[in-house]
Amino acid sequence: MTRGGEMAEVFCEDRTSRSAVFDDGRVEELSSGQERGAGIRVISGDTTGFAHTADLSEGGLLAAARVAASVARSGGGGTQIAALEPRRAHGSNAVRLHDGVPMSEKLELLARADDAARSHAKEVSQVQASYAEGCRRFLVATTEGTYASDDQVRTRFNVVTIATGDSGLQTGFESVARTEGFELFDDVDVAEMARTAAARAVAKLGARPAPSGELPVVLAGGSGGVLFHEACGHGLEADHIVKDSSVYCGQLGQLVASPLVTLVDDGTVAGEWGAFAIDDEGRPAQRNVLIENGVLTEYMWDWLRARKEGRSSSGNGRRETYQHLPMVRMTNTFLLAGKDDPDEIVAQTPRGVYVAKLGGGQVNTATGDFVFGTTEAYLIEDGKITEPLRDANLIGNGPEVLRRIDAIADDFSMMPGTCGKDGQSVPVGCGQPTLRITGVTFGGTAS
Amino acid sequence: MSDLQDLADSVIARAGADEGIEAYVARGVETEIRVYEGSIESLSSATSAGIGVRVLRENPDGAQVGFAWAGSLDGEAIDRALAEARQNATFASPDPMMALAVPDGVTPASIALRSLDVETMSTDDKVALALELEAMTRSSDPRIRQVDAADYGDHVTETAISSTTGIRGRSERSSAYLSVSALAGSGDDTQTGSGLSVARGPHGLDPSLASAQAIERSVRMLGATKAPSAKVTVVFDPRVTSTILSILGAALSGEAVVKGRSFFEGRLGEVVASSSVTLVDDPTVPEAFTASTIDGEGLACRRNLLIEGGTLNGFVYDSVAARRVGAVSTGSAVRSGYSGTPSAGCRALVLTPGTLSPEEICTLVGEDGIYIQSITGVHSGASPVSGDFSVGAEGLMIRGGQRAEPVREVTVASTLQRMLLGVVAIGADLTWLPGAAAGQTLAIGDFQLSGS
Repeated sequence: MTRGGEMAEVFCEDRTSRSAVFDDGRVEELSSGQERGAGIRVISGDTTGFAHTADLSEGGLLAAARVAASVARSGGGGTQIAALEPRRAHGSNAVRLHDGVPMSEKLELLARADDAARSHAKEVSQVQASYAEGCRRFLVATTEGTYASDDQVRTRFNVVTIATGDSGLQTGFESVARTEGFELFDDVDVAEMARTAAARAVAKLGARPAPSGELPVVLAGGSGGVLFHEACGHGLEADHIVKDSSVYCGQLGQLVASPLVTLVDDGTVAGEWGAFAIDDEGRPAQRNVLIENGVLTEYMWDWLRARKEGRSSSGNGRRETYQHLPMVRMTNTFLLAGKDDPDEIVAQTPRGVYVAKLGGGQVNTATGDFVFGTTEAYLIEDGKITEPLRDANLIGNGPEVLRRIDAIADDFSMMPGTCGKDGQSVPVGCGQPTLRITGVTFGGTAS
Repeated sequence: MSDLQDLADSVIARAGADEGIEAYVARGVETEIRVYEGSIESLSSATSAGIGVRVLRENPDGAQVGFAWAGSLDGEAIDRALAEARQNATFASPDPMMALAVPDGVTPASIALRSLDVETMSTDDKVALALELEAMTRSSDPRIRQVDAADYGDHVTETAISSTTGIRGRSERSSAYLSVSALAGSGDDTQTGSGLSVARGPHGLDPSLASAQAIERSVRMLGATKAPSAKVTVVFDPRVTSTILSILGAALSGEAVVKGRSFFEGRLGEVVASSSVTLVDDPTVPEAFTASTIDGEGLACRRNLLIEGGTLNGFVYDSVAARRVGAVSTGSAVRSGYSGTPSAGCRALVLTPGTLSPEEICTLVGEDGIYIQSITGVHSGASPVSGDFSVGAEGLMIRGGQRAEPVREVTVASTLQRMLLGVVAIGADLTWLPGAAAGQTLAIGDFQLSGS
């Protein structure tokens, strides 16, 4: 590679995973897997060539490199010797490594969750508890001198319950997921999680249809934080910005949200689901303030989009595996706590909906329209939380909804999620305190 | 390429006494091209291969099953996967219903699902298709201000499966697609639309079709506003219908039914839908992009009649879910590549088409209707367990039997149970799409539209 402006990158990865599923009253599925390979990226001008291979021999790597480089044909031949920085090697984040824990101890967690959910209420008719552990080691080297490695350990536990009643079936879900080893369970009571999931399903058996139309909504602290992930997070990813396909284009320095809103994306929050030492381009994780007191202060960047603007990456270059190209992704995205009392926010809402737990969401970054689902919600009547509601989606427009936030509480918690974009899934964290939106459209069936 | 079946055979040959083994081997080649402003933005090309191994330990009180996979076909990776699967099996609960599939004498359909042009067409020609798609989309209508993605993609997948119970099967398939995302308008009124062309191979692709779809869908949304909340009849575009049928498919999985996770449980033989509804899962139709000759356990795929004239006729089963209800597999095991275990699922759902065109269906609806071109929030708002259905929607109001003003930022809600019974009309415009279901224009009454 002789031309200026060219970059080549080798990303070698070794992933192992193990999962166990307790379903229908038995340990039904134990699975483990391993994959290892390299992704090679060659960039010439605005063109990226990419190839990946599971063959890590010199011959395998060279063959992949030739394929990746063939796209950048105008780049000519020649050899460039890259001066690598001393390798930045980040060790495992885990305290208690998965391999050191007997399988029986993992299965015991599943059995305990199953038992707790089933004995919570007679309406609980089915339980699925699952445990998953993963270890991802990678090394990234580029012709720009980057040379870094990381060893990322993650652990997750989910409980899905079904409750059966006269009104049919309802589901309850509870999940914990952290960038930690087995020490995760030092602080997590899986029986409590299972009872929460069971209670959610049972409550919805007696739920009334969700309302239809625009009304005030109070989101509980830690109910999911998916609101900000969808309402503005994706729209602040620089790949959408450089293509002018985000409603937040050209809005730096402008008021894009209620002045109460300060939004941060931070890959350094130890243990959170979207945390890491370095991103998948070797850039150290960092804390980026995206919106400060309502004013848009920064977008999120990977290497490629940052280079286009002559700036540095913000540590948001991520990829699902060595088989994928990196792109701009969120890490842990959260709204900073405010000053209000969460109970007071509810008490001062004459009529509306209280959302205790959110499901997933989706956004169209170009229009800003986004949806997010509820999995536990109640009516607010005369300032009090009253009847449970069946699941529904809410729909809003990002910039409009961000301006309609009129109260933010002093509580805060994070939730794990899986973010999908362009066919790639990565673990992310979402967080928020209790807050109120003065009006958002609730998509229920009750007119 | 060495023979995948031989490889699978060599793994099952290592089975010990009281041990059953199933080996599933897959190999794929894929190309993905994205162009932007007349140049290649990214080009990825790769081959991948892997193996998934299930081991059953036979005990007097039932079999224990363990699974392991490897993203490589080298000997060491396969050894490790087999050892891990054996190890994993020791921890599973003995289950008298657990068993590997056994040959059932059904012959796989003789259908060709691999188009050689995926492998013979040069990368340059594939790039040219994507460039043509982008240029066409940018230049055909002055209201298009941006094309943020114009993609060509293709893949060829070969699989083989062997088991100690006598299963031996292989399948191969290819597909290619062009997809484009367009932005119409400017400033405060940006609208988006996507276009898609899918075929077995690149020669079957139609850039002008994909381009015209993206332009029509984005431009007709210009000026869209939020509609007032109302009771409406909904007319779904074929792509939306396909998505909804896929969710119904999850509720028609015999595994979901037997585990009490489907609102169809206990309703066999009952009227669950309007009499116009006949729903079939048929992976042997070669036009279906998800067609296959064999299922995820190596049994022949076959046609399964699920709803006939509105009456619930059956579910789809893999071997284990079938045993739990005293039935036999319907050849409907699906698996997500070599890293997933088989489970019962639909592959190629088809709702028997009606006789009306989309325009005639709008005329039939008349007033108080909405034509929906896309929905969002399906994962969070549509449940195959409870049947609750609430999704974000954009489209055109229907007035005087015609598609009228565009609306956005609204939701439509009902339940899957009510939707099936409320089918007003099924279009004649059957369209094959990449997902697990084909789609056509579909009108359903009694939805709650939520807006301003």
